[in-house]
Amino acid sequence: MKRATKDTARGILRYLKPHAAYLVLSAVFALVAVAGQLVVPFLAGRGVDCIVSAGNVDYARLSRVFLGIGLCVAAATASQWFMNLCNNRVVYHVLADVRRDAFRKIEKLPLKTLDARAYGEVASVVVTDADQFAEGLLLAFTQFFTGLLTIFGVLGIMLALRWEIALIVVVLTPASLLTARFIASRTYRMFREQAVARADQTAFIDEMIGNLKTVKAYGHEDENVFVFREKNETLRKSSLRAVFYSSTTNPTTRFINSVVYAAVALAGSLFAIGSGGAFSVGSLTTFLSYSNQYTRPFNEISEVVAEFQNALACAARLFALIAEEEERSDEGLASLGEVDGRVEFCDVDFSYTPERPLIEHMNFTAEAGKRIAIVGPTGCGKTTLINLIMRFYDVVGGSVKVDGMDVREITRVSLRKNVGMVLQDTWIKEGTVRENLCMGAPNATEEEMIAAAKAARAHGFIMRLPQGYDTEIGGEGTLSQGQRQLLCIARVMLSRPPMLILDEATSSIDTRTERIVQAAFAELMRGRTCFIVAHRLSTIETADEILVMRDGSIVERGTHRELLAKGGFYAELYEAQFAG
Amino acid sequence: MKHLFSCLKRYRTEAILAPLFKFLEACMELVVPLVVAAIVNRGVNGGEGTEFIVHGCLILVAFGVAGLAFALTAQYFAAKAAVGVASELRERLFVKLQSFSYAQIDRTGTSAMITRMTSDVNQVQAGVNMTLRLLLRSPFIVFGAMVMAFIVDAQSALVFVAVIPLLAAVVAGVMAACLPLYRKVQNRLDKVYGATRENLSGARVIRAFCKEEDEIARFGARTEQLKRAQKRAGLVSALSGPLTFALVNVAVIALLYTGALRVDGGAIGQGEVVALYGYLSQILVELIKFANFIVTVTRAVACQKRIGKTLDEAGERDVLAPSDGGGDETLAVSFEHVTFCYEGGGAPALKDIDLRVRRGETVGVIGGTGAGKSTLVNLIPRFYAATEGTVRVNGADVKAVSARELRRIVGVVPQKTALFKGSIRSNLLWGDPAAGEETLLEAARRAQAEDVLEAKGGLDGEVVQEGRNFSGGQRQRLAIARALVKAPEILILDDSASALDYATDARLRASLKELGSTVFIVSQRAASLLHADKIVVLDEGRAVAVGTHEELLRTCALYREIYLTQFKEASV
Repeated sequence: MKRATKDTARGILRYLKPHAAYLVLSAVFALVAVAGQLVVPFLAGRGVDCIVSAGNVDYARLSRVFLGIGLCVAAATASQWFMNLCNNRVVYHVLADVRRDAFRKIEKLPLKTLDARAYGEVASVVVTDADQFAEGLLLAFTQFFTGLLTIFGVLGIMLALRWEIALIVVVLTPASLLTARFIASRTYRMFREQAVARADQTAFIDEMIGNLKTVKAYGHEDENVFVFREKNETLRKSSLRAVFYSSTTNPTTRFINSVVYAAVALAGSLFAIGSGGAFSVGSLTTFLSYSNQYTRPFNEISEVVAEFQNALACAARLFALIAEEEERSDEGLASLGEVDGRVEFCDVDFSYTPERPLIEHMNFTAEAGKRIAIVGPTGCGKTTLINLIMRFYDVVGGSVKVDGMDVREITRVSLRKNVGMVLQDTWIKEGTVRENLCMGAPNATEEEMIAAAKAARAHGFIMRLPQGYDTEIGGEGTLSQGQRQLLCIARVMLSRPPMLILDEATSSIDTRTERIVQAAFAELMRGRTCFIVAHRLSTIETADEILVMRDGSIVERGTHRELLAKGGFYAELYEAQFAG
Repeated sequence: MKHLFSCLKRYRTEAILAPLFKFLEACMELVVPLVVAAIVNRGVNGGEGTEFIVHGCLILVAFGVAGLAFALTAQYFAAKAAVGVASELRERLFVKLQSFSYAQIDRTGTSAMITRMTSDVNQVQAGVNMTLRLLLRSPFIVFGAMVMAFIVDAQSALVFVAVIPLLAAVVAGVMAACLPLYRKVQNRLDKVYGATRENLSGARVIRAFCKEEDEIARFGARTEQLKRAQKRAGLVSALSGPLTFALVNVAVIALLYTGALRVDGGAIGQGEVVALYGYLSQILVELIKFANFIVTVTRAVACQKRIGKTLDEAGERDVLAPSDGGGDETLAVSFEHVTFCYEGGGAPALKDIDLRVRRGETVGVIGGTGAGKSTLVNLIPRFYAATEGTVRVNGADVKAVSARELRRIVGVVPQKTALFKGSIRSNLLWGDPAAGEETLLEAARRAQAEDVLEAKGGLDGEVVQEGRNFSGGQRQRLAIARALVKAPEILILDDSASALDYATDARLRASLKELGSTVFIVSQRAASLLHADKIVVLDEGRAVAVGTHEELLRTCALYREIYLTQFKEASV
């Protein structure tokens, strides 16, 4: 754990580095603020000494004291505010930087890693953990540093005033520190437990609230509440422990402070009696006020330390995400450039989990410009082929080649720029219709965009949206699956890449619209290598080659006529289409 | 605030005891300057000697011990209440969100709902904890110090009377100014969360379009906005500490001056001035601490308001209207001149639909994209309530039937199939928690999902979140099986066999036929509907024709067109 904490600390420092100037500035302001704050009690003590008894008040000196106090207060007030501003700046910038890095990582993680994790869990790291980390950091900056300065400043002044009494304070100090440490080490563990319980609950919330419509359709609300309660109770218990233990630091150190205070009062009073006026009541006032000021930073620091444990736990999770292994970098790999679009599968082995082999020794070649249809019962591995061509996943054995180049030896960007994809799972990003359409072709003109939308038969319903192409869409939204799919098609129509993957690209569209869209597709497909996954066999009859898949391997291949004539598995599938 | 207080009710004892013990702790602290004044006046200046001083200091330690005991007790109660309230709020939110109607779900949005339950509640928890610990303790100390000042010397205490309202004004002013700023921060945070979630769910498409860098830039812009909002809020909230410091020290000057006059006139001694100064220092120390937590409390109040707004929404009512006496009970489902508009959706999605379905019939719904097919079937289990006209199930107006009951009778397999983390079994049990092994297997068989079970390790095969370890077709069949476990009187397949190949689809339809339920099949494929007892052809929200395949082929131009587009090429 020690090592882990050190790594986390190092990570934090790395993020702080670019803001070093502001941190230095903040330190300077802190210095001025603390100095101002510390001189005030000293002057106030002098003031008390001016007021001895009836008829024995030195007004002239008193007014000088007032002037001094006024100046100190003005300086301290201003620099305290400036210090706060510096700290805010640093912390919020660091927060934004960390978030950006975490987010960048999400974009770079292998899909394998993403597919294995709950969305809510990852999102909770980027949002909640980052927030709590920043909060802890801010607290540390505003209180830790000034706290330290105050402690040393007060110690210095006390030593100068009356070193004997100062010594008492110094001797008692470690007690305060030890207690704080003792408590902090225990709280760290509890905060971690809390973070785990919270992540578990967040994942559940994310799943159930994210699919609330299904939950309601099944009347599964009560069962959910039951599970939720259980998770909620676990979280409550671990939170209670974490919150309570972390909050014991403050009273405990405060108690030690009051002992220090009493000791100072005792020693100071005795000195005042014993010294015969050399140690005045004013000095005692100053001392007592200082011992209050001296102990307050301990409270704050101990509080900061407790709070910071939580921040560290959060930062650790953030940094863990940021440190996750990325997809193998494309650096140094060749760019694919303009392609003809020849795709080869050479002795490909693949499985999602090692225990369950899916594709074994697969071989086929799709010549450039050919239309390849992939047919087969549900779950036979059709979608997996797409994962491999797009290099969402890497093959376990063998290789996938485009124009003779192993896809692992070319940059992903250059590969994917050459492939257009329309999936059954229609994902629309939050933004305007225009933003969604122009995803693949940011430089498209208005006319090109509208032409693509028209070709995809999406123009009509887009125009019926409240703000036409500038309507905000995304999320659950009001677009139907079919409309979403039309948008996805228009998106590809606009980018016109040399290779196309259509995975059930028209499954949610009615057939009449589909036929019109198909015509546009046919035009788009001309001269492009296409992979078409479809259940409507009518859409694949014109394919140059049909690969019939079953249980991860190709069982038949050929043209529609050849396969029908063969009377095998494909013929069986085809017949079923017209069976009752 | 009413929700917060009602959640707090369960923790009333803790919520009262925490500040009470804080109060006791504060009392212990407030006595300290008095003891010190006595030590100075009688021990140091009055010559009562060492023994008096030692006694005085021992009393100080004793107060410290008592203070510690009180404080620890208070912290425990505060933590318990705060954590308890948060837990209660989360549960209420969860229950409330689950009670939302489809329209409310559309309106609120997923990411907002989730933020409400997570980070908002966390903020409130921190706020409640701080409030119980400080918001009450601080006024105790401040007013207590004033009262003590009056005990020491009434005239000097007027300084306290003057400065305390000013301090209160500063604190309140800063809080008031911060509140809207923090609300903005929270809204921006929602956007950041939304972007994160979206990028997780859309990872494939984003990568396919090589949009990673663009998305990073977009996210960067959102965090930038968040950062700006945070800095603006910080600018104001950072004022409270320095301002209170300045005010208290102006009061110190005033106090020393008044004290000088009073001592000069012989009204009080030097010790009293020390004590009064001590009280002012206590106020300062307290307020500095308080200022640090204004931020926490302000943010919490902003979050609390958002939560309150959600909790204030009336969820879907179980029954929407009194029974109208009912209609023809032999009809499983009937639509009587039904018109439906989506909230803020402009033109009606369904117009004047009239339809009668007898028990056991299979009804096909076909039509173009956006014709209103899903909307039509969504009205049957009252996911959305008809704007005009009446939808009846078994003769009863669905608005008069409890949502629970209705959804027990009607099983829906939605367009977007969602599976949940757990096992295949746990997913199928959604249909009927009491279903036995045999029922589950039977449902899977009927849904043509046997091979899915086989491939994934049987009923206990693992399902990861969103069922991502299954293909689209596998998910659809499991979703159908899930609906079948429920043994619904009315089964609705909302285009939920679209990912199935024709052979599987055909077998599925055959096995559903055996069930004897009333079945609605929404589909793009005419082939899936050929043998339906009735086919409804929708076009732009209107039912242009209802009839059997043969009738429609003869009478409905639109149907004929749809049919031919699918079969002409195929039959060549």
